[in-house]
Amino acid sequence: MALLQINSARTSAGGATLVSRTLPRSAVPLLAVLSCGLVALLFAVAPFGGIGGYVVLSGFVFVLLQTASSFAVEGRRHALDRFASTMVYACFLIALVPLVSVVWKVLSQGSGMLDGNFLTHSMRNVGVSETGGGIYHGMIGTLLQGLITSLISIPIALLVAVYLVEYGAGRLARTVTFFVDVMTGIPSIVAGLFIYTVWILILGFGRAGFPAALALTILMVPTVVRSTEEMLKLVPNELREASYALGVPKWRTILRIVIPTALPGIITGIMLGIARVIGETAPLLLLIGGTDSINFNPFSGPQSALPILIYDQAGRPNPEAIDRAWGAALALILIVMILNLAARLVARLTRVR
Amino acid sequence: MTQMTEFRSPHGGPPADSQITGKAVRAGDRIFRSLTAGSSILLLVVIAGIAVFLFSRTVPALREDSVNFFTERTWFPDSSPSVFGIAALAWGTLLSSVLALLLALPIGVGIALFIAHYAPRRLATGLGYLVDLLAAVPSVVFGLWGRDFLVPQMVGISRFLGENFGWIPFFATPDSQTYTQTMLNAGVVLAVMILPIISAVCREVFLQVPQGHIEAAMALGATRWETMRMAVLPFGRSGMISAAMLGLGRALGETVAVALILATSYDISLHILEPGGNTFAANIALQYGFAQSTGIDALIASGMVLFVITLLVNMAARWVIARRAAFSGAN
Repeated sequence: MALLQINSARTSAGGATLVSRTLPRSAVPLLAVLSCGLVALLFAVAPFGGIGGYVVLSGFVFVLLQTASSFAVEGRRHALDRFASTMVYACFLIALVPLVSVVWKVLSQGSGMLDGNFLTHSMRNVGVSETGGGIYHGMIGTLLQGLITSLISIPIALLVAVYLVEYGAGRLARTVTFFVDVMTGIPSIVAGLFIYTVWILILGFGRAGFPAALALTILMVPTVVRSTEEMLKLVPNELREASYALGVPKWRTILRIVIPTALPGIITGIMLGIARVIGETAPLLLLIGGTDSINFNPFSGPQSALPILIYDQAGRPNPEAIDRAWGAALALILIVMILNLAARLVARLTRVR
Repeated sequence: MTQMTEFRSPHGGPPADSQITGKAVRAGDRIFRSLTAGSSILLLVVIAGIAVFLFSRTVPALREDSVNFFTERTWFPDSSPSVFGIAALAWGTLLSSVLALLLALPIGVGIALFIAHYAPRRLATGLGYLVDLLAAVPSVVFGLWGRDFLVPQMVGISRFLGENFGWIPFFATPDSQTYTQTMLNAGVVLAVMILPIISAVCREVFLQVPQGHIEAAMALGATRWETMRMAVLPFGRSGMISAAMLGLGRALGETVAVALILATSYDISLHILEPGGNTFAANIALQYGFAQSTGIDALIASGMVLFVITLLVNMAARWVIARRAAFSGAN
């Protein structure tokens, strides 16, 4: 019965159809296969080559065929809609290309380098064109500088975020909010130049790990403030009010109720902040000194770090150095990705419901 | 929100002190409050400090300079007389960043549309996280990848552009050409690096489009693309503008990736397929090792210019976002 009604609806109103014609569902995959085949034929006949060119050309032909057939069957509006949808999907696929290719390239070039020797030796007395040597000194530097940066940044960032959410309402809070956002966009090399001016030109200290950590602090604080602020805003007011009602002072409420409630999110933000600054190269270039030897003391003498090591080795002409650069890049990416994944995991496991 | 302001701060935070405890503020509260306010002021002091201290070295640098700092192209601050200027640096910074933005903005908006409105709901968060992962790759790794992997792949496209579109000034090239170390390559790598921030900001705004607007468009019989064009994109316009500016700010200040890819020269040229060009940040990274005292001051002066430019771009971006939040007229 229902079928009958639909059919009568289709042909009612003097024989005119009320439902517009559409391409059958199988049309899209068919067209995709067709365009792949056409381009393959073209590649077989004409002197073209390259997998990248094949994919791009096939996609192009597919878009053309799909839009044309949709235009013929469904009309202009639906053709445009299909065209736009394909473009939107294509944008996402295009974004995946660099991600996949970076990960694949770093893995394939770097995994051969990462062995026990590479991870436990420095570059001391290793000639540029010799194989061997390692990134131990760089990892020590990166971890120590990351630690110092976190020790300075986290308390400051937490206090600023608490001020903005719990106390701030006036002009100071508005100004700070604005400049925290602006600070996230400060180029890292400018932060490096600032610390260079103060620490080395004016105070007269030498290059070391500590000033590098100071420059990284300038880059890390705004990101942690932003994420912490978002987390503190999520804490329900009822919790604060219940605490006040019990006569708990505001500062203890913040320390014992608000921050613990938001802690998982805060930790996530902190880890993402560390992951971001640990890969920074530009400020280290100015401040860290750079050395081939192991230096456990961030306060005196030049130190190394993974990003600097990569930059240094990558700038040399011999393949042995380039290999080391890829190995160090893999180590750095692993550290950053592990921090990232751990941050997401913390966020997921400890989510307040 | 507005009718609540008597009881709550504009942030939606807890009630202000005075309304709860009257005037009796405890000592602990006073100390804690000053601590948090002090940290906030410290942050402003640091921003001001960056400007003040960079400026303190810019003045002696400009005094040493024997030519006009803003119109000179070459960079010989340590010769006597000292000759240096930012014209070529400013041009190269602008060219590479605008190139990156032109490439990244349409794709970034497309990604944001995909994640916010096209992808299946269940997958959207995970796919968004995948794009965010791009932001986690350190810039030096992008530089290495760009130089040793992407640039060889780009040679074919560059040669195609150069041979077929050489009559357009941008793509003009001399006969023998390697197509590596060019502004185009630097721009493409920068585009990849700013893609995550552009798509993240756009995505946030697109997700905030009131469901009513979307449903209204669909009820009128709009196709999905028409819904995007009539409801989503107009709502997100200011978000897209500020995303573009934030991306531009990132591209302007990027250092090592550009330093690894570009063959630096102090030319002002439209030809993005020829090796050469330079940027503020790359110049600082590359010249720093050779610089003597005037050289350092000159680099700091160029850093000051970069700081001012990125500060202005970022402030404009934030201002656009803030204005939208106040007058969005949504809901």
